[in-house]
Amino acid sequence: MSIAPSGPLAALKAAADSFVADYQARKTTLPGDSHVRAESAALLAANGLPGPREEAWRYTALRPFAEAQFKPTAKAEPSAALLARLPHVEATRLVFVDGRFHSELSGVPAGFRVTTGEPAYGTLARPAAEKLVALNTMLAEDGAAIHVPANTDAGTVLLASLATGAAVGFHPRHHIVLEPGAQLTLLDVTIGDGEYLHNPVLTFEVAAGATVTHLRTQDEGAGAFHLSTVYAEVAEGGTYDSFALILGAKLARMEVHARLAGPNAAAHLNAAQLLGASQHADFTTIVRHDAPNTASRQTVKNVLTGRSRGVFQGKIEVARVAQKTDGYQMNQALLLSANAEMDSKPQLEIYADDVKCSHGATVGALDADQLFYLRSRGVPEAEARAILVRAFLSEALDPISHEGARAAMEAAIAAWWAKGGRVQT
Amino acid sequence: MLQINGLKASIDGKSILNGIDLTVPQGEVHAIMGPNGSGKSTLSYVLSGREGYEVDGGTANFDGQDILAMEPEERAAAGLFLAFQYPVELPGVNNANFLRTALNAQRRARGEAELDAVQFLKLARAEAKRLSMPDDMLKRNVNVGFSGGEKKRNEVLQMALLRPKLAILDETDSGLDIDALKIVADGVNALRGPTFSALVITHYQRLLDHIVPDRVHILAQGRIVKSGGPELAHALEAGGYAAFIPEAA
Repeated sequence: MSIAPSGPLAALKAAADSFVADYQARKTTLPGDSHVRAESAALLAANGLPGPREEAWRYTALRPFAEAQFKPTAKAEPSAALLARLPHVEATRLVFVDGRFHSELSGVPAGFRVTTGEPAYGTLARPAAEKLVALNTMLAEDGAAIHVPANTDAGTVLLASLATGAAVGFHPRHHIVLEPGAQLTLLDVTIGDGEYLHNPVLTFEVAAGATVTHLRTQDEGAGAFHLSTVYAEVAEGGTYDSFALILGAKLARMEVHARLAGPNAAAHLNAAQLLGASQHADFTTIVRHDAPNTASRQTVKNVLTGRSRGVFQGKIEVARVAQKTDGYQMNQALLLSANAEMDSKPQLEIYADDVKCSHGATVGALDADQLFYLRSRGVPEAEARAILVRAFLSEALDPISHEGARAAMEAAIAAWWAKGGRVQT
Repeated sequence: MLQINGLKASIDGKSILNGIDLTVPQGEVHAIMGPNGSGKSTLSYVLSGREGYEVDGGTANFDGQDILAMEPEERAAAGLFLAFQYPVELPGVNNANFLRTALNAQRRARGEAELDAVQFLKLARAEAKRLSMPDDMLKRNVNVGFSGGEKKRNEVLQMALLRPKLAILDETDSGLDIDALKIVADGVNALRGPTFSALVITHYQRLLDHIVPDRVHILAQGRIVKSGGPELAHALEAGGYAAFIPEAA
């Protein structure tokens, strides 16, 4: 008599096998580079999905994801309600529905190039190192390749992922290239209803003197899994400036790898995680300083209610050559309920001797004196709490210079609060 | 306007107020003077509804309502204002937005129309000017980076905008130089009239040279031990508190 393996490792193995089987069944019809795809299939078959024994996954267990079932996507139409949740901003729209490019909902770029219809793999992703990236590479079906020519301002692009909640799994693969001196503001909005898997990979090549502003809103369905990986490589004098508003999903992991490859390159990885009920969200950053005079800034704010759990892992690596590195990392959490939990793991690996690196983490509740001060002026308690929560977020939100994006995020935060973010149990 | 009878209160099981009897009629300004630890701040916090204070007995009636049963914001909307001894800093909260939110919350609670941003700013700028406050104090975060004098002026600005029926000024004079003290006193005096009452809590007689009270009460060991006219403050200044404090048993 044989005993079937059980437990988290068996569930992860079974899920990886199921994804590989899906690939085997459909591989002749999947678009794009079949060689890259086959390599990742072999990696996934050999390495499986991230498990609880890996240090980088200590605080985020993928078992609930492994136990769910996802179908391949089909062409779908988003509801009017879903479309209405897109920010009302002047932008070139690139809309994906259940992971597939939807041309009727999208606009035509002017002055820069966009290609869709197959995965935009690029060369920055590391499927051998990041298992979810191997999964993405193996099953990716669509994505946007955005190419901004030198010294061109592409303005604002709204890259929207709408999920209809049809229990599908999709793995978009986007690649964004900014040639020297180019500029782009990318509003990266991922929203949806219900249950599904959204496992996107975005890669950014930021050439010398180029600036990309990556403003993300993750507001997925209540039963959704959002597992995203971003790679940004920044050349001399270039900037990867990002902010992520994280509101959604049942289980979310947003991993960002930023490499400052040339002198005076900069990266900002700011975020606000607002979680409630039994949501779990993990914001993990790896910033590598590989050249002198590079700067990185991370201000990550967490507001946790209900039984939610927030995770922040921030790693700063400073190579020996990266003298005069300026690294700053601050992670703060506001716990609005006794059952919420924040796990914070800063890591500094510094091999240069002339650097300025600082990090800090705080966890606390709303300040009773501040709450009383507001109430003593006639502000009702719920409104006073909302004001203090918004004030807590301001350090991360205020640097967002794109007015329209910031207004949309403010509205999303207000809606989050109104719909139950203030629930304290 | 305010009628307190036999008010007893404690914090963490320690009795602080031991039966306060005090009446402040409408339109009058009363001063409460007392040494450190006499219960001055506790009285102001109990009346404004701060958490952590246990009312063990007695009543407090404000404008016909039992205020001890009300939430802090309800007390404010009913017309009670506390000028804090240590105004609280609110990083990330713009002062003008804060003031407008407070004013409109009270107006809403009273069924009055809210002020829009333009109406409000006009009003706030005029009041700020009267208090010699630079315009930029409205643009800054609430009390963040304010000097002691600026914080107190900001309290008086809030009072001027909110137009309370009764203001409790908790050691508003502490940490003020003489010029700031005059500005603050002028701000309070400007509100005096038949519909404004105040309870001025202070350690020193100095403030009462500028805000001349109708009555002075001496608080010691959680009780009012002596009441009189403005001359009582001068007697205190000359003789100190010792003459008014009952000997410890």
